Amino acid sequence: MKHHVSFTLNGDPVEALCETEQTLLDVLRDELNMTGSKEGCATGDCGACSVTVDGRLVCSCLMLGVEANGKAVDSIEGMADGDHLHPLQQKFLEHAALQCGICTPGILVAAKNLLERNPDPTETEVRYWLAGNLCRCTGYDKIIRAVMDTAAEMRGA
Amino acid sequence: MQERVIKAPSDVDFKWVGTRQIRPDGVEKVTGRAQYGADFNMPGQLVGLVLRSPHAHAKLLKIDASKALKLEGVKAVVTRDDFVEHDSDLMAAGEMMVSYKDISRNVMARDKVLYEGHAVAAVAATSRAIAKKALKLIDVEYEVLPHVIDEMEAMQPDAPLLHDDMITAGVNPPPSKPSNVSKQMEFVLGDVEKGFADADFVIERTFKTSPVHQGYIEPHACVANVSADGYADLWGTTQGHWVVRAHCARLLGWDISRVRMTSSEIGGGFGGKTVVYLEPLALALSKKSGKPVKMVMSREDIFRASGPTSGATVKVKIGAKKDGTITAGQADLFYQAGAFAGSPVSQGAMAAFAPYDLEHVKVVGVDVVSNRPKVAAYRAPGAPISEYAVESVIDEIARKIEMDPIALRLKNAAKEGTQAAYGPKLGPIGMIETLEATEATEHYKTMLGPNQGRGIASGFWYNIGGQTTVNMSLNEDGTFNLIIGTPDIGGLRASVAMMAAEELGVEYNRVRPTIGDTQQLGYNFLTGGSRACFSSGMAAVEAARQIKEEACRRAAKMWDIPEDAVDYENGWIRPAGDNAGAHEPISINEIGKMAGKTGGAIVGSSKINAQGAAPSLGQHLVDVEVDPDTGKVTVLRYTVIQDAGRAIHPSYVEGQYQGGAAQGIGWALNEEYIYNKDGKLDNASFLDYRIPVASDLPMIDTIIVEVPNPNHPYGVRGVGETAIVPPMGAIANAVADATGLRFTSLPMSPPRVKKAIDEARAAGDPNLKV
Repeated sequence: MKHHVSFTLNGDPVEALCETEQTLLDVLRDELNMTGSKEGCATGDCGACSVTVDGRLVCSCLMLGVEANGKAVDSIEGMADGDHLHPLQQKFLEHAALQCGICTPGILVAAKNLLERNPDPTETEVRYWLAGNLCRCTGYDKIIRAVMDTAAEMRGA
Repeated sequence: MQERVIKAPSDVDFKWVGTRQIRPDGVEKVTGRAQYGADFNMPGQLVGLVLRSPHAHAKLLKIDASKALKLEGVKAVVTRDDFVEHDSDLMAAGEMMVSYKDISRNVMARDKVLYEGHAVAAVAATSRAIAKKALKLIDVEYEVLPHVIDEMEAMQPDAPLLHDDMITAGVNPPPSKPSNVSKQMEFVLGDVEKGFADADFVIERTFKTSPVHQGYIEPHACVANVSADGYADLWGTTQGHWVVRAHCARLLGWDISRVRMTSSEIGGGFGGKTVVYLEPLALALSKKSGKPVKMVMSREDIFRASGPTSGATVKVKIGAKKDGTITAGQADLFYQAGAFAGSPVSQGAMAAFAPYDLEHVKVVGVDVVSNRPKVAAYRAPGAPISEYAVESVIDEIARKIEMDPIALRLKNAAKEGTQAAYGPKLGPIGMIETLEATEATEHYKTMLGPNQGRGIASGFWYNIGGQTTVNMSLNEDGTFNLIIGTPDIGGLRASVAMMAAEELGVEYNRVRPTIGDTQQLGYNFLTGGSRACFSSGMAAVEAARQIKEEACRRAAKMWDIPEDAVDYENGWIRPAGDNAGAHEPISINEIGKMAGKTGGAIVGSSKINAQGAAPSLGQHLVDVEVDPDTGKVTVLRYTVIQDAGRAIHPSYVEGQYQGGAAQGIGWALNEEYIYNKDGKLDNASFLDYRIPVASDLPMIDTIIVEVPNPNHPYGVRGVGETAIVPPMGAIANAVADATGLRFTSLPMSPPRVKKAIDEARAAGDPNLKV
């Protein structure tokens, strides 16, 4: 028996049928064809599937699809405004803060959530906030710089 | 502020080379639209799953899938019976030699399972839930055999034998009995005994390293679609789709032309995606079911069944004079190959003493199989292990004679003309330049606090070239399409497009690079060996030159003058001299617009076997703090100084330096495979196999030193691999500086460091500094 779930995704109403055991990540990727959120581990250790649910940062692989019913889910696909990139996305490109790019959606979602809570984070705060998002390519240096630079620019705006 | 790029002198002012452009694939990647291995789907696709061995070593007596096949929704099962038998000849594949007998048995066990996680069957079903249920219905009968995990235990005469026919190669006369040692090799230069006799002192140490996984965040994934006529489309994540195509065709006994492979975006590889696991299974399942089959490996299976690099035992003996002259270096390397022959021990042996100009060197390498997953390449395969051991002893020599470790290295540094123990005389290399740049850093001069230590280590990797094909078209509006055949794992499209734009003298954003599939280009060897920017860049420059020449021919034709009376400069074609007549210069864009009227499309197509790859040398400088109560080592400050040849896109060169350092920090301090007494992996998850996270690391400073490679049109050396070579030695040397204790086994994890400190304290060790 499949469950009918409906929620908003990046502001738009969506609905899907899902099995009880399907995670929110499964529903996003397999039922709604939104493959921007990635599965790196399925155990909540890598953060590649990060989305926000009612403004709270979660690993979508650790939440059941049915639990999203009635909630507001935001994913990487909703971050840019049309062809206008979010400042974080732009800074990631300018700083070369991605190499392979597989962790990038999750890190951008997490970083955006951080800056909404704390527009002036220290380097240590950025590092701890992103500690749940694994990146194997960059050593995090350029990622941290891009987030700090974005925060500075957004404060100035 | 230190200089971030120490530029090579150049008589040319580059417009693009050396600048920091936005990568062409960037927007897709920051918006979530880029398609990685698991992001592709086909209508009507089935889900493929693999049944894996729960045992470390067992005979495979029976596999009965009849119950699984009766389950509604199950469309196909494949086992050993679906793969043809191969002979055991070794063939070159990437930086490793492979045997199809072994690859075939690794992707699907035949007579025995040789490690926990070894594939024994694969199933395709209409849903994941049904496929999972089907796996449970496959009846497998095992006869469990004794297993062996450690490489030194595997070499004992009474050790459980993995392969009945493994006779050690490279030993004369050949042994009469099989063993777990697949081969022994050596590199000898001079006479080490003479060198040790000339030494004032000799230091000999034994080191142990644990296998570590490449840890790419993207799982192995593919979709296979075999049509009824036997032709197949394969989509998936790989470092080399021509290599995967060849492996799959060979394993299945098909013609290569039957497989078209498209490489998706790749979410990290580091060497681990140079081999096949799921792809031949997906093709076999698709052939059998007549439907597309998608397979994605779980993280747990990635740890249990895809290649980490070797763990190893390394014995190093170095003789030196009191003035710091190294008189001889000897190393014995015992590398785990995993369940099948083929560790990177040869590469480890080549690299071991390569940063140094030594008269007497002997390195012996031994390749040992045990009941572990087959190792795969991992960034400078083999070199980090041997060089960690050598760099630790070099550091000990410096401490013993109270010589500055940079001065000691400078005294013995390899340079142009040095005879390397592994064969060649070295061309221009940056060992001395990077050491001098290290010495000049502000980092090297800062004071340290209590419980803190500083370490330095050198690293060498030789880099490769190889077969490369690139196609470039001048479009009818004057823009360019550039098709590259080496997957882009971290800025390759940008770097190659920059070189092509530089060559053509056109705007960077007029060149649109894409990664072609196996139908679109001739053979391309994979992205590995730090070859992609070097080789595809060289090929793109050649293709761009062809376009320039053709553009000149078209202009000459239009002006009705000889071809050699036309010059190309910065995107413009002009008459070469006064006698060529007075013609207005014409831009390459205009030539593109008129191509249809002047002879048809203008295309540069280059197919090269790139030669002249040159080694990249690097130094890592690290400060650590050791907490004597917990044993935790914190990296406080880190600087990477490496020779790039010439940095095409400095940001992505820095990224390679930083990423290599971070992986090395994980290798040094945390990462290891932990097997229990049953030969099963106890830490097959990112929770328990802990790679560095953002809060573990400081900023990683970089200094790019440019000592151009004379064999490349833009001086490229290849930079991806050297950066993982020095970290383990540098950190071990820093920990020794902080604690007064020499750690000879990796990782230097908190329990091990604490134990060593506690024991030294209890024994009243006068060297203990914390």
